[in-house]
Amino acid sequence: MVIHTSVRTGASLPDKPYGQLACEQVDVYYGSFRAVTDVSLAFGINEITALIGPSGCGKSTLLRSLNRMNDLIDGARVEGRVTFMGEDIYGKRVDAIEVRRRIGMVFQKPNPFPKSIFDNIAYGPRVNGIRVDSMSDLVEEALTKAALWDEVKDKLKQSALGLSGGQQQRLCIARTIAVKPDVILMDEPCSALDPIATARIEDLMHDLRREYTIVIVTHNMQQAARVADRTAFFTAQVDEGNGDRTGVLVEYGKTAQIFENPTDRRTEDYISGRFG
Amino acid sequence: MATYGIGRVVERSLAGRSRGGELSFRPVLFLIGLWFCLFFALLFLVVLVVTTFVDGAGRLDLRLFTEYPAAAPERAGARPAILGSLWVIGTTALMAVPLGIAAAVHLEEFADQKNWFNRIIEINVQNLAAIPSIVYGMLTLSALALLGVANKNMVWVGALALAMLILPVIIIATREALRAVPREIRQGSLALGATLLQTTLRNTLPAAIPGIATGTILALSRALGEAAPLLLLGGLVYLTFDPNGLASGYTTMPIQIFNWTGRPQDGFHELAAATSILLLVILVAMNAIAIIIRNRFQKRW
Repeated sequence: MVIHTSVRTGASLPDKPYGQLACEQVDVYYGSFRAVTDVSLAFGINEITALIGPSGCGKSTLLRSLNRMNDLIDGARVEGRVTFMGEDIYGKRVDAIEVRRRIGMVFQKPNPFPKSIFDNIAYGPRVNGIRVDSMSDLVEEALTKAALWDEVKDKLKQSALGLSGGQQQRLCIARTIAVKPDVILMDEPCSALDPIATARIEDLMHDLRREYTIVIVTHNMQQAARVADRTAFFTAQVDEGNGDRTGVLVEYGKTAQIFENPTDRRTEDYISGRFG
Repeated sequence: MATYGIGRVVERSLAGRSRGGELSFRPVLFLIGLWFCLFFALLFLVVLVVTTFVDGAGRLDLRLFTEYPAAAPERAGARPAILGSLWVIGTTALMAVPLGIAAAVHLEEFADQKNWFNRIIEINVQNLAAIPSIVYGMLTLSALALLGVANKNMVWVGALALAMLILPVIIIATREALRAVPREIRQGSLALGATLLQTTLRNTLPAAIPGIATGTILALSRALGEAAPLLLLGGLVYLTFDPNGLASGYTTMPIQIFNWTGRPQDGFHELAAATSILLLVILVAMNAIAIIIRNRFQKRW
């Protein structure tokens, strides 16, 4: 197990991300309250993008709008365009179910279903009607990719609720992988875990990057520095229109640049721990 | 163990009061008053149960289960009433449980909870749960009159009234059970591309089943002890045959008890007490099952 301590250099990264998933002038509203204002950014394919910023800056809200999980909240709506492979995921003919299958999500608190480990992984393929020759192979593949197979291979029939917090979170990642998404969104996936479990998830993210585009929201700046190829810094600022606080994108770039050479004063203040 | 527990509570509450300087006359008097109320309530229950057992134990034999009502108490039994209760409760469960669960699932998982119409339904379900049972008997009676059904003494008619009686209880219990399933579980399922229907059928509802079962059993036990609506619907009959279908005539245990209690002979009072014991045992057993289900399957999320 390698614990990454240094900031990623990003030397091999293209200057502009090749955006498979992108926001174009996105505003997110809860009723009349505008939680996020005018965000445009592209998430690079097979890259890890971290969204950081102080509480209330709208980073989780933005993340949830990327796979239409915001649809489940009363009064939430998105203006602007969120495109996935060139298509607006909020388009009239787009099915939110299909969007969520292609763009998976891992939550802050591990949320395994009250079922066996096997059934947790098989759940996604089953509800999506994915036909496979052998469900056991698919389950093994997903658990292996999530670095959990060796720990659970002898107790697949046991309840997932018996696993430790870190194992549960890796199970949730495996569950997401099992439906073969293109993008994995992670909403503070390590905030409920201890440092060792966190390190394992971070390692796992490095491995998963080869196959998936990953977007992670984190409160932990060191984590962003350790895992992310690119980092977007958000903050909350007073909306000139109505005086409410709203989340805006301050700066977006390669992680090394954001942490070592921020161009915006607010980014620098946040990175150096002066606020947030 | 119980006395030990009570002793500890008294000790502790007195100690707490003395520390707070409240071990004066009035708080202690109030405390004694509360204990007295509790004692009084329990006393009634105990006296009731004990006298019923004393009265009925002599007739709590096989004859109670095998014999039909008869003119002479020595030859009489509650066989048709016991079977009638089983028929009516079984039919009630078949009518009320699927409907109640479906209604609760709709209200809790699918309906827009801010919609005024759904809110009116919600308030009314709460109100319906508190309506006296005889009102449901009257409702069924008038519905039958409109439909022109003359013979009311049929299993399905009694079951219909009882089903309406417990429907709100089942709906409320099921909604509570569904609400206890964490939101994260639903989100996890939806984030995998499951539809809301799949999420409900495969995840939310199975996770809520222990709570639903508990609520349903308690509701059915209420229906089992109910006499008023069935009396109104002609359940008070002298049956000398076993009920054998949905359209069969029937009587139930509470009605049989009511009937026998009204007779002048002591023998029938004994029979009524014996039937009461049987009903009591069944009800306690049902409640115990509900508690066991609740404790065994209680999820720690």
